[in-house]
Amino acid sequence: MALTTVGGASNATRRVEDEIFRRGRDLKGTSFRSLMLSALGVSILILIVLIVDVFVDGWSVLSTRLPDFITGTLRSQSSSDALGISQGLLGSLWIAVFVTVLSFPIGVAAAIYLEEYAPRNLLTKTIDIAIRNLAGVPSVVYGLLGLFLFVQTNNGNSTLYAGGITLAILVLPIVVITSAEAIRAVPSSLRQGAYGVGATKWDVIRTQILPFAAPGILTGSLLSLSRAVGEAAPLILVGAITGRLAPRGGSFVSLDQLGDRFTAMPIVIVGWVQESGRDPGFAAAAGAAIVVLLALVVMMNSVAVTLRNYFENKRG
Amino acid sequence: MANISIPPTLVGSARRERPTIESLAGPRSRARKEKFIRSIFFSAALVSIAISALIVISLVREASVFIFEIEWAQTWGQNGWFPRTGTYDMPTLLVSSLIVTVVAMLVAGPLGLGSAIYLSEYASRRTRAFLKPVLEVLAGVPSVVLGFFALFFISPQVIERIGRNGWWVIGAVMVVVYVLLVGGWARRLVKRDIETPIAVQLKRVATLTVLVATGLVLIWWVNNVAGSSDVASPDFFSVKRSGQLAAAAVGVGILTIPLVASVSEDALASVPDELRTASAGLGARKFTTTVQVVLPAAVSGIVAAFIIGISRALGETMVVFMAGGAADAAQFTSSPFDGGLTMTAGMASLATGTDNVVGEGLTFQSLYFVGLVLFVLTLALNIAAGRFVSRVREQY
Repeated sequence: MALTTVGGASNATRRVEDEIFRRGRDLKGTSFRSLMLSALGVSILILIVLIVDVFVDGWSVLSTRLPDFITGTLRSQSSSDALGISQGLLGSLWIAVFVTVLSFPIGVAAAIYLEEYAPRNLLTKTIDIAIRNLAGVPSVVYGLLGLFLFVQTNNGNSTLYAGGITLAILVLPIVVITSAEAIRAVPSSLRQGAYGVGATKWDVIRTQILPFAAPGILTGSLLSLSRAVGEAAPLILVGAITGRLAPRGGSFVSLDQLGDRFTAMPIVIVGWVQESGRDPGFAAAAGAAIVVLLALVVMMNSVAVTLRNYFENKRG
Repeated sequence: MANISIPPTLVGSARRERPTIESLAGPRSRARKEKFIRSIFFSAALVSIAISALIVISLVREASVFIFEIEWAQTWGQNGWFPRTGTYDMPTLLVSSLIVTVVAMLVAGPLGLGSAIYLSEYASRRTRAFLKPVLEVLAGVPSVVLGFFALFFISPQVIERIGRNGWWVIGAVMVVVYVLLVGGWARRLVKRDIETPIAVQLKRVATLTVLVATGLVLIWWVNNVAGSSDVASPDFFSVKRSGQLAAAAVGVGILTIPLVASVSEDALASVPDELRTASAGLGARKFTTTVQVVLPAAVSGIVAAFIIGISRALGETMVVFMAGGAADAAQFTSSPFDGGLTMTAGMASLATGTDNVVGEGLTFQSLYFVGLVLFVLTLALNIAAGRFVSRVREQY
């Protein structure tokens, strides 16, 4: 009697195990899982196809005359040997300078104020809401702001500083938000310890908070820099026009350029894509320019992401 | 309190006396310096308010000129958006924006949410550490690159190859699947019953079918009767290299995938693990736990992700400008397979071509009017999304 019960129980156990673990048993679960995986797979596949397509389209230029392409200038014929992206690179470099000089200090300072100083009052809340909403404003609207502020007051002449400042304004909220997150992650024991030995608030910020938050701030700054370098819509509104930049002796350090008309990498690409209807050779040139731009942007992004992962792992 | 904890030797240099408030405060220059530094940080924080104010002022100032001086009858029911000749037809821009946003979300919604679910619920730590950066690279791709891709790859190789009729079939299947999924899920949320009479189930299926059929008829009507496009033309294998809203919208959708994925992943990650373990402890499979416990718990965050995605898709400019098929001015269209101009692309196209956005009378102001509409729409969407996100935060 007892034996049969045990036997029956083990039988039942086996049956239940079989029910749960047998291959193909959990059909719904398996198909759901593979559906979710395929969503991720398709997203990654799109990225791969995108990169391959751009390379293929730009290959005829990249493989034959890459150095000339980088040093060349904008031309009206795609067959010209002097066709290249030097003006675009120069403009994008200047934009990066503007973002670095304007957005980073102001953004980090604002983040420090919000995290370390700000009292809980209406003003702080307003600042917080303003920053969060600014981060969601479409980039064309920033272009309208730049047009209103700089171009209108300058007799309709769009200049390098107009574009640079507009993009600096565009990425400012991103810098503030990412920096504030990095500062929030600083353990409060560090602050308490520093206060305990008599440091002032500025001492604490300077010696404890900024060094600890530096990797996070750097990551956010790099991401926003790559965003600014790849952004085209505000520049189009501010009036960066292809083919209008006259390099002054080709010297980067010449500050005269700030008051000149300018172009930037994304604008060069847009211009060539539009030209490709008239002169199909420009499609290859645009593809090659995209490869250069992607290389720049992806490099900045992957440095930022690697940096963040490294420190995340290190601090556990 | 202070005079107990701090030994006097540390305060006054050699004077052995009880510390006072004054001696603890340190030199006055130090306090002045602190105040000065604080004011620097404070003014940096004020910059954001100044920028917000400037945006609103610039938009409202120029747009108000348009609003007061335009004849409103001219902004509705015209044949297209031709700002340089003074034809401002808002429906042209609004309908194109709607088409692009809907198609973009059809791409970004399932792909983004699916990626988020896989990364958050299924992927092992190592797979996650490898796959997530890839999505982040996708997030960093500039929009001009997607514009190029949409124009030179998606339009000829994907949209045109599958063909107009093929896309309607795919779209219809997607709509049916969506309605069934969402309907089934909503039903489960509303009534947590399992035992339902077959008659009732049949009734529900019938209702769903009618709903889907209505939707399809609507699509057909819009495309055949309201729209001007030539559906009958045999364009199955004709590969053209010209822009169209559908290609641009797919491009916008690809740009939006990482955003939807990261916001929904945050939402899924904020669901406490206790819920998952409790569900597993009750004997639920992973699938049941994910679909019936985790997703409903994270629903506010997922809704927020979709709203943010919509807002992003609405504001995306370059992809539509480059691949939307109407670089300068546009006829009214309600078909995704025609060229069209969204609000954003309309603004960008107005700003190119001429040096100084000149044209008939109110052209410049119309730019700001469209900008104001776009600003208000995206702001409302972002605020709504913020509400949903904070609801998740309150819950857990």
